[in-house]
Amino acid sequence: MKSHLKSLIEKDMREDSRKLDEHRKIKIEYGISTSAEGSARVTIGDTIVIAGVKMSLGTPFSDTPDEGVLIVNTELLPLSSPDFESGPPNIKSIELSRVVDRGIRESGAIDVKKLCIKKGEKVWLLNVDVYPLNDAGNLFDAASIAAIAALKDTKIPVVKDDKVEYKKRGTKSLPLDGYPVECTVYMIGDKLIVDPTTEEEELVEARLTVATYGNHLCAMQKGGVKGLTPEEVEKMVDLAVKKTDELRKLLK
Amino acid sequence: MTLTKRSDGRKFDELRPMEAKVGVIKRANGSAMFKIGNTQAIAAVYGPRELYPGHLQNPEKGLLRCNYNMIAFSGAGDRVKPGPSRRSREISMVTENALNSIVDLNQYSNAVVDVFIELVNTDAGTRCAGICAAAMALADAGIPMRDMICAVSVGKVEDKIVVDLNYDEDSAEKGVDFPVAITARTGKVTLLQMDGLLKKDEIKDLLRAAKKAAEQINKVQVKAIREKYEK
Amino acid sequence: MSEILVKDKDIVIPGQLLATGMDYLPASGTLRDSDKIVSSIIGIASLNGRLIKIIPLTGPYVPRRDDVVIGKVVDIGFSGWRVDIGWAYQANLSIRDATQEFVEKGSDLTQYYNYGDYIMTRITNVAGSKIIDLGMRGPGLRKLTEGRLIKIIPSKVPRVIGKQGSMITMIKENTNSRILVGQNGFVWISGVNPEDETRAIEAIKMIDQESQTDGLTESIEKFLKGEKK
Repeated sequence: MKSHLKSLIEKDMREDSRKLDEHRKIKIEYGISTSAEGSARVTIGDTIVIAGVKMSLGTPFSDTPDEGVLIVNTELLPLSSPDFESGPPNIKSIELSRVVDRGIRESGAIDVKKLCIKKGEKVWLLNVDVYPLNDAGNLFDAASIAAIAALKDTKIPVVKDDKVEYKKRGTKSLPLDGYPVECTVYMIGDKLIVDPTTEEEELVEARLTVATYGNHLCAMQKGGVKGLTPEEVEKMVDLAVKKTDELRKLLK
Repeated sequence: MTLTKRSDGRKFDELRPMEAKVGVIKRANGSAMFKIGNTQAIAAVYGPRELYPGHLQNPEKGLLRCNYNMIAFSGAGDRVKPGPSRRSREISMVTENALNSIVDLNQYSNAVVDVFIELVNTDAGTRCAGICAAAMALADAGIPMRDMICAVSVGKVEDKIVVDLNYDEDSAEKGVDFPVAITARTGKVTLLQMDGLLKKDEIKDLLRAAKKAAEQINKVQVKAIREKYEK
Repeated sequence: MSEILVKDKDIVIPGQLLATGMDYLPASGTLRDSDKIVSSIIGIASLNGRLIKIIPLTGPYVPRRDDVVIGKVVDIGFSGWRVDIGWAYQANLSIRDATQEFVEKGSDLTQYYNYGDYIMTRITNVAGSKIIDLGMRGPGLRKLTEGRLIKIIPSKVPRVIGKQGSMITMIKENTNSRILVGQNGFVWISGVNPEDETRAIEAIKMIDQESQTDGLTESIEKFLKGEKK
């Protein structure tokens, strides 16, 4: 049955009649949490991912005393798929966390220097937590969009007497300049597709995640076992760049 | 001290606005969302499926396993650290007991039915919201049930009995928090906890208030189930 | 005093009171609690004389002897194959129940059924939840060739088939597709072209999601004819 789906893709067709380089319908909703300083829900087809930002005050790392701290974390909730198990984060979850984290961090879109309150002593800590609620494929793109959308939605809380006033929503947005976005291109046979469904993901032999920001690439991750020729890498990057430009428009 | 008005303007026996939806997670065998005020729970049911470690398998009937968890940005204060805590493990257990009293897993010997409850936004009453969502999710999964169940936190703020405490009331000094799960048809109490100072003869009034509130919650659950299946 | 509290074809939910008194008899999907009969599942009430039964609208597949199901070969051992039939535990297909050929000890069993193959098979024995035996003797029981496999709610299988196969025949004829439906809710579809195949799958998914029976045939027919170019 797997080879049947694969033969569809060889004919440039998808099980749900999409084009190979076409995403399912994407929806971004902001402010879905009353508790987080910023939040978003992203749906891509049947895939649902939520993300929230919690801000707190803390001490900076000693090697970057004048910079705030940004950490992206994702957890593959067993609620969202029969394939995810309870327990400490597994490698799949860690990779997703790190890939989404790097896409945002390396872009420099968030000016972490502006998140410093007192050099060497007090800075803002930004925790971006991303959770799939339903994994119907392509968590990479969904998690990346959700994380950046939650940051876009974030308001810096008011600080009074060195304490964060969580109850009132702040008025100032984060020092966020533009939107780094990731797209993962998947290789099945010698075809390239984006936004696979769960069934299509099972056929994937290699994937390449590309984060873009402005006219730069800012992070990449190759996944899967199959080796890629340099030409294939270029083709995958070209497609990812084209798609991230489209995805970025959804954030405007 | 006498309470004349609740902090959010509700009547003493008034629940916060509720919302419920069944079938919110397509990959699960059953799922539901339950929201009461700013507390929102999502529950997913997987199974019956293979149970391991094998020594937990029971050849006479299936096992119900619950996992309650608060997501990192669910609370209005600090970030909740991921992973199980003593609190979440205890709540998972009392939830499991409450739901076990109504499910019938005799046909599913050796297998497990997993219930995952995630609190996505919290403002007190989270274990109760979790049970409300889980009961709908179990029904949606087609797991045989003797009854429906819902839960509500009643309690005391100063001298008054109030239902469905919000966070301010729950954390008020000398407040009493009294979460109760009640079966819909038979009116059995299947979860009961209490924190605070209470007089023995106040229990009757608290349980009466809980029962009345549970009837309203049950209507919301039934409506949500019917909305999915009567189309 | 006995009283019936639901009408035939009413949609009921778990815990709902169906009848009081001892004159009515609880059948599948219901339970008796002293003098009351209560539904234990979400389903459609079916009243037949004194018998009250609930036809489930959702629920897992529980293996029964003589069910014809579709399964996936997930493991191969010395004496046969392990098959996923959508139940918590895998079913067993032994060599002697799989083929009439003489299979020499130690032969390569993948030549019959390989990992990942889907088979149309019959449950020959159920002894508890972990001992489920399969057999390949009977009309139509075979390895399935290339096609798409989807899973539907097992209790919707009779609707996908329809009265005397009317529904499935209509879908097959309007989509030029071959379709096999297992009692376990696994459905195999193989069309002449991918477009028709996708349309057949969409029609089956529509039936899977619909609760009410009234007008179902008409709406599926409309869908199949309407979208046809």
